[in-house]
Amino acid sequence: MMNRSLTRRLTAGLVPAVPYLWLGVLFLVPFLIVLKISLSDPAVAQPPYKPVFEWNDIAGFFSALDFENFALLAEDDLYFRATLSSVRIAAVSTLLLLLVGFPIAYGMARAPERYRPLLVAAIILPFWTSFLIRIYAWVAILKPEGLLTQALMGIGLISEPLDILNTETAVYIGIVYAYLPFMVLPLYATLEKMDDTLLEAALDLGSTPWRSFWTITVPLAMPGIIAGSLLCFIPAVGEFVIPDLLGGSETLMIGRQLWSEFFSNRDWPLASAVAILLLIILVVPIVIYRDVEARRVEARP
Amino acid sequence: MTMRRLSVFNVTSLVIGFAFLYLPILLLVLYSFNASRLVTVWGGFSTQWYGALFRNEALMEAAWVTLRVALLSAMLATVLGTLAALALTRYGRFPGRALFTGMVYAPMVMPEVITGLSLLLFFVAVDFDRGFWTITLAHTTLTMCFVTVVVQSRLMTFDRSLEEAAMDLGAPPLRTFFSVTLPLIAPSIVAGFLLAFTLSMDDLVIASFNAGPGATTLPIKIYSAVRLGLSPEVNAASAILIGIVTLGVISATLLSKRSVLRSRRNAH
Repeated sequence: MMNRSLTRRLTAGLVPAVPYLWLGVLFLVPFLIVLKISLSDPAVAQPPYKPVFEWNDIAGFFSALDFENFALLAEDDLYFRATLSSVRIAAVSTLLLLLVGFPIAYGMARAPERYRPLLVAAIILPFWTSFLIRIYAWVAILKPEGLLTQALMGIGLISEPLDILNTETAVYIGIVYAYLPFMVLPLYATLEKMDDTLLEAALDLGSTPWRSFWTITVPLAMPGIIAGSLLCFIPAVGEFVIPDLLGGSETLMIGRQLWSEFFSNRDWPLASAVAILLLIILVVPIVIYRDVEARRVEARP
Repeated sequence: MTMRRLSVFNVTSLVIGFAFLYLPILLLVLYSFNASRLVTVWGGFSTQWYGALFRNEALMEAAWVTLRVALLSAMLATVLGTLAALALTRYGRFPGRALFTGMVYAPMVMPEVITGLSLLLFFVAVDFDRGFWTITLAHTTLTMCFVTVVVQSRLMTFDRSLEEAAMDLGAPPLRTFFSVTLPLIAPSIVAGFLLAFTLSMDDLVIASFNAGPGATTLPIKIYSAVRLGLSPEVNAASAILIGIVTLGVISATLLSKRSVLRSRRNAH
């Protein structure tokens, strides 16, 4: 008996401790390091920043910290514009995703029950194929002499080649395409559970379909709308691959700015400061998402 | 239970929606069999780009690294993610639980540029050489969170009375876990492993930050090829990856359907 309660206490301690320790070391500590380096000066060396932390020099640690990188971010309006345009592009994309995703999720929820698992699998399948490859596929479609232009000219809809690649429109198409499963699945999950008799009752009482959609379907689908929107908005703000491959040099986004500070300019402290800036923008949506998600998982029977 | 009926609008939105999702992928695969070097002009059927792909040693080497990283990180992530899911559902109260749930959910929505940069700065700070191991550790950290969510949702829905029965009959906790709990949550663990594996195979951003001169992954190679312009070899590589993934997903679906049927039959 003694032995058994010992194993129980040991596992109860070890099971949380191992993943906790892993995430602490490889998620939390790296974060604190970003914060620290964003407050240090760049140096022409390897690694290209001056360490601010010496174990035996606590006083030096505090005097070496400065907000120069953040002052630079505030002075140069490039970062301000990149921040604004990231939030704008992500918000517009999320709205487009709702407009495109809702009819699909609604159609799936109304399909005969035996087809529904197949439809869900068909929505998830593209998500399993490489993100990079799916964005690459759009380069060939959206090029000026590309497949979309060829098709539209073939049926006589346009007479001049479309010039969409390397514009913001291409970025919207790319984000909507790549993130669509993240919007459709949460919407479908709430719409599928919806009670149809409510709609029927509203129709019987003389409501128009349009009105019952806004007063019944949309409010009931709200948890799915919120989850799907956050799931798309948060990563879209920091997106790098889509604006880089489809957006051309004109499209300013903060994830791309971070990438070029790091890889092209080799200014690690400034890249860290950009990362902190991006995090400050996202901290509120991330906290809301975490609460929504934790409540959803724990509310299940 | 009322009959739900599909309206014309429902059918149209499904057809357009799925065409939008699948046409680009189909076109990409189709043009990998193009004889012309121009990716957007059809020049007849050919398999030459597949041959060129297999003769491209740098690309093959990168594919091998990617596969090894994905396998190793997915295995580590599966163990860690399952432990984390057990911690959240079975060992409910432990100090710092709020911080722990935060750390589990945050990496899933965190922009990849931040995760990649912060891990790289960590590896530099502790003087760990960049290469195979740094990519593996970085991917493990990201993908274990996805495994946690998948396994956790299974742990929350299953019947705990089976575990309690085993304990009442005198099975020690570890034995109960291995002979009752583990077989019951095994499908979700496999699903979590597959998800972790795919995410690792696919990742460009985190791998770019943490790759060293010794180890380059396939997405990094594809990305630099795409930046130079479209190439039919990339189409061929993509078509192979899409084929593998499609086969994998279909067989996983069939397998899980069969195990559901079998467990249903046993229940009767």
